[in-house]
Amino acid sequence: MGSAIENIYAETPKELVREPLVANQRSPGWLSDQISAIIEGKTPRWWWIAFTISFLTAGMCFSMIGYLVVTGIGVWGLNHPVMWGWAIVNFVWWIGIGHAGTLISAILFLLRQKWRTSINRAAEAMTIFAVMCAGIFPAIHVGRIWFVWYPLPIPNANDIWPQFRSPLLWDVFAVSTYFTVSVLFWYMGLIPDLATIRDRLRLQAEKIKKPFGKFTNKIKQVLYGFFALGWTGSNRHWSNYEKAYLLLAGLSTPLVLSVHSIVSFDFAVSQLPGWHTTIFPPYFVAGAVFSGFGMVMTLIIPLRVLCKMEDIITVRHIELMCKVTLATGSIVGYAYAMEFFIAWYGGSPYELYAFKNRAFGPYWWAYWIMVSCNVLTPQLFWFKKIRTNMMAVFILSIFVNIGMWFERFVIVVISLHRDFLPSNWGYYSPTIVDILTYVGTMGFFMTLFLLFIRFLPLVAISEVKGVTPQADPHDPLGGAEKGDAH
Amino acid sequence: MSEKYGILAQYDSPAATIKAAEQVSEAGYSKWDVHTPFPIHGMDHAMGMKNSPVGWFTFLGGLTGYTGGMVMIWFMNSYHYDIVVGGKPLFSGFYSFPVAYELTILLGAFGSILGMLFLNRLPRHHHPLLKNKRFAQVTHDKFFVVIECDDPNYNEAKTRELLESAGASQVEIVEE
Repeated sequence: MGSAIENIYAETPKELVREPLVANQRSPGWLSDQISAIIEGKTPRWWWIAFTISFLTAGMCFSMIGYLVVTGIGVWGLNHPVMWGWAIVNFVWWIGIGHAGTLISAILFLLRQKWRTSINRAAEAMTIFAVMCAGIFPAIHVGRIWFVWYPLPIPNANDIWPQFRSPLLWDVFAVSTYFTVSVLFWYMGLIPDLATIRDRLRLQAEKIKKPFGKFTNKIKQVLYGFFALGWTGSNRHWSNYEKAYLLLAGLSTPLVLSVHSIVSFDFAVSQLPGWHTTIFPPYFVAGAVFSGFGMVMTLIIPLRVLCKMEDIITVRHIELMCKVTLATGSIVGYAYAMEFFIAWYGGSPYELYAFKNRAFGPYWWAYWIMVSCNVLTPQLFWFKKIRTNMMAVFILSIFVNIGMWFERFVIVVISLHRDFLPSNWGYYSPTIVDILTYVGTMGFFMTLFLLFIRFLPLVAISEVKGVTPQADPHDPLGGAEKGDAH
Repeated sequence: MSEKYGILAQYDSPAATIKAAEQVSEAGYSKWDVHTPFPIHGMDHAMGMKNSPVGWFTFLGGLTGYTGGMVMIWFMNSYHYDIVVGGKPLFSGFYSFPVAYELTILLGAFGSILGMLFLNRLPRHHHPLLKNKRFAQVTHDKFFVVIECDDPNYNEAKTRELLESAGASQVEIVEE
């Protein structure tokens, strides 16, 4: 068989040979062993350190929220005219981060980008946890959190229903649908992998001697087995499964595009200069994907080293993500330029002032941080030397995250602080509670993400197996003989 | 207890499994299946399977979501307790579209996943194959063809011979 492989690769011109998705011709069995090792092995020291820090930070987040609920919304820096401060900035930032996960899992699936299989599980987990962090902010922003059920389609004490002409209500439906569908999609992808873990636990059970080890093994078998739903890898099941997966990808694609469009309607449907623009939906979606890929890279680059995934998440994967970041970052840069052009070309003095004020007003620093992080940083990804340097990509991805946070700050705060009448102007600064709540949500996010790494397969095992040459019945590595291609 | 469920044949590569599936299909078996760690391209064709009907469940879910959303908004904002807001019409397909659209996707997604589980008769935690030790390799890197005893063509000796001649590396009987 070895000679057959060599023949095939010798016949192909060198420049046409594609870099393999899994490096070093790893076998399907190696993939299960390597990916499950993180769940089965001893908890590494770095995990405990990271978990402790994240858990404490999450605790800080919830104590700040407790303080807010007990005291009132005045503990934040919100005041007239800036009534939407950091909370809404953080909400849009977290929701945007989630978009990369859905782009990877759904849109790249429809586009038959097979490299997505190595990163989609972690990216989808990131989506779910990011949307959870996002969901916190509008809920606590209500002020009187016991009225948070008002936007649900339930009549209040006077029998009045929620008002569906408001984009805020559209947002409630968009974000909750987004969360639910992301969880469904993620869980469905997990079913075959949970079955892998279940079967491995069953085979390991015989080797365990200690009664306590036997007991925990049994508990794990029951839990993983329960959620694996009795999956047997039947081809009759795979057929329905793959169809359902395709349909979910087809549903998630218009969903992810609609979610950030609807988030942008919260702004665009209003009359405020700087918000009232038709470019918002596509511009928000591109920005969301851009920031999400920034976050995926921030998470994946250390993870692939810490979890010994270099053969599964290769440098090529990171390079491809850099290219998506470059493309979406350029769309965002174009949108910034177009907003300024329309502000001038549209001829509205208020609109023009809003944009001059963005770049040269009291918040000029926020605008220029945004431009340097979002417009200049991604342009460095034109260079292969930078795309293949993991340290450089990691640092640049953090700049992307910072830049996109400032974009939302620019949109929310700068537009609000000076509208039509100078008598209506003001200046906004956050309080320490604002800042600690935001930092705290990162701890909440990392806590969930670390638990995910430890207890669930971080890479979609069955999907990665499916893109190896060993899985292709027409490839010599998949057992095909010469002249066997039917 | 020791009733037989079927005959289990192990194959070591996707190509060998596809060839075996083609032979089993040609031999006219109906109660049989192929179990693999990942979906193999071309297996549905080799097994003579039809296109999966999951799409109908998605469609029904989506349709319910869209009409449900529109009717809900019409009922709440223009029938049961109508309030004029900003001089806008009591009901319009435009303002109610975003919510109906999201509900289309939400129920469409539930339709797809629940339809898939229904068609696969999952969850099922007590399958005879799950008790077989060799079969635990199915989620690792081995491929299996299983022919059930209930199949009208089933004949222990002949079926075993067919699976072995198709290149099986191991063949064994699975107990119920």
